[in-house]
Amino acid sequence: MLPANSQRHAGRYAAFAHRLSGVLLAVFLPFHFLALGLAIEGEARLDSFLAWSDQPLVKIAEWGLVTLLSVHLLAGLRVLTLEFLPWRGPRKAWIAVGAIVAALTGILFFVSASA
Amino acid sequence: MPAGISPFSCANGGGRRYSGIMSNTSSTLDVRIWRGGEDGAFQPFSVPRQEHQTVLDVVTYVQRELDPTLAYRFACRVGMCGSCGMTVNGRPRWTCRTHVETATRGSDVLELAPLRSLPIIRDLVTDMTPFFEKWQTAQGRATGSKTRADDTQKIDPASPRRQAADAAIECINCGVCYAACDVVASDPDYLGPAALNRAWTLMNDDREADRAGVLEAATAGGGCHSCHSHGSCVEHCPVGLNPSAGIAGLKRLSLLAMVGGKI
Amino acid sequence: MQAAALLFLAQRASALVLAPLVLVHLGLAIYAIHGGLTAAEILGRTQGSAGWTLFYGLFVVAAAVHAPIGLRNVLREWLGLKGLGVNLVLVGFGAVLLLLGLRAVAAVTGI
Repeated sequence: MLPANSQRHAGRYAAFAHRLSGVLLAVFLPFHFLALGLAIEGEARLDSFLAWSDQPLVKIAEWGLVTLLSVHLLAGLRVLTLEFLPWRGPRKAWIAVGAIVAALTGILFFVSASA
Repeated sequence: MPAGISPFSCANGGGRRYSGIMSNTSSTLDVRIWRGGEDGAFQPFSVPRQEHQTVLDVVTYVQRELDPTLAYRFACRVGMCGSCGMTVNGRPRWTCRTHVETATRGSDVLELAPLRSLPIIRDLVTDMTPFFEKWQTAQGRATGSKTRADDTQKIDPASPRRQAADAAIECINCGVCYAACDVVASDPDYLGPAALNRAWTLMNDDREADRAGVLEAATAGGGCHSCHSHGSCVEHCPVGLNPSAGIAGLKRLSLLAMVGGKI
Repeated sequence: MQAAALLFLAQRASALVLAPLVLVHLGLAIYAIHGGLTAAEILGRTQGSAGWTLFYGLFVVAAAVHAPIGLRNVLREWLGLKGLGVNLVLVGFGAVLLLLGLRAVAAVTGI
C-alpha cells in the first residue's frame, strides 16, 4: 500500500481544523438542543441539569466547544474571503491569527467560568 | 563512484551518464522506489550522493546502473515539459527540478513513488488518461466562432479578464496539482485543479464561443463546488499557477449565473 | 439549476447568516458563564423576548441547513458514502436539528 501523501502546509491544517471542528459541533448540536429543551419541563428541571453540568469535566468540554466553534467560524471566514473577495494571496497569516484568536476565546471563556 | 561502462551508455556522451559535479563524497543515499502496480512495494537501492544531484539523476542512476527494469518517465529534463512528475518524500514534484538536498532536507532517505490519484502502470509510471478525460469533462477545450473571412477578435492584453486568463494559461498538464489535491484523492468525481483552471481561462477568453457550456461543465457535480480551498494545488504547481483562485472565480460566476446575471 | 451549485449557495449563504449570530452567541456564552449558569438567569433573558426568539430561531434554521451539507462532504470524501440513501439520511439529520432546535427555542422563550 502506498503511504499517505505527506504535504505539510498551513492551508491543509486550516482545512482539517475546519472540518474536524465542524463534525464535532454537528455531533454536539442535538444534545445542546435537548438540554435547552429541558426548560419545557419547567425552570427546576433546567436548573438540575445545569447543576449537574457544574463539574470540571463538563466545564472542560464546554471550553472545548467554545474553542471549536471559534476555530470553525474563523476558518470559515477565511474560506469565504478566498472565494468571494479579490484574490490577495492564500491569506496564510489569517490561519495563524485565527488559531490565536480561537485559543484566546477559549481562554476567555475559561477565565470567565472560573471567576 | 562505480567504475565500468554501463550497457546503457548514452550515444552522445560516453562516460558521463548523469549531471551534477562529480565529487569524492563517500556518503550514499538510501533510496526507496515503488515497484510494481497498486499492490507493489518499495524496493531499496543505495545510490552514491553527489553535489547538485537532482532526483531525476538518482532515478536515472538506478535504472542504468542498478536495475534496468525500473520504469519511469522523463523527457526534457530541464523543467519545461512536466513529464517527470513523481511523489518525492511524500510531495508531488518534478524530479528534474528537485535537488536531492531539497527533498531530503538533511537526511539520507529518498522515497520515490508514482503520482497520487492516478492508476499505476508500473513502478513510477502512471496512466494520465483519467486526468485528460476530466479535462474534457470540464470542457477544457476552446470553441471558436469566427472563420478566416471574419475579422480577428480584438483583445486588450491589459483588460482584467485577459490578465486573469494569462495568469492561468501556462499549464502544461503535468498532473502535479492533481496529485497534490486532497479532494481528487478522496472524491473520484472531482474534476481537479488543472481541468477547472483551464475552464477558468476559457471563461475569461473573449474568443470563446461557448462560455455557457464551459460554465455548465465546470459547475456540475464534481466541478468547482467540490473545491475546499486547501490550496495544495497552488503550493505545488511547478509553474506557479493558482488553480484555487481560478476555481473561486468559477464559483462566483456560477452564483452570478444562478441569479440571472450576465456571465 | 444544478444540485452542486445549489448546495454550495445554501452552504455559503447559511454561513454568512451564522457568522454574526455565532459571534454574538460566543460573547453571550463568555458573559453568561461568569458566576455559573442558572436557569433563572438564562430564562430571565430569553422568556417572552421577541428579539431572542428571532435570533435563536434564525440560528436554528441556518444551522439546520449548514451542518448537513457540511457533513455530506465529509461522508463523501472521508467515508466514500454517496447516493440517494446518504442524501436522505442527511435531510433527516437536518430535520432533526430543525425540530429539536425550534423546540429548544420555544422552551427558552416560552413561545
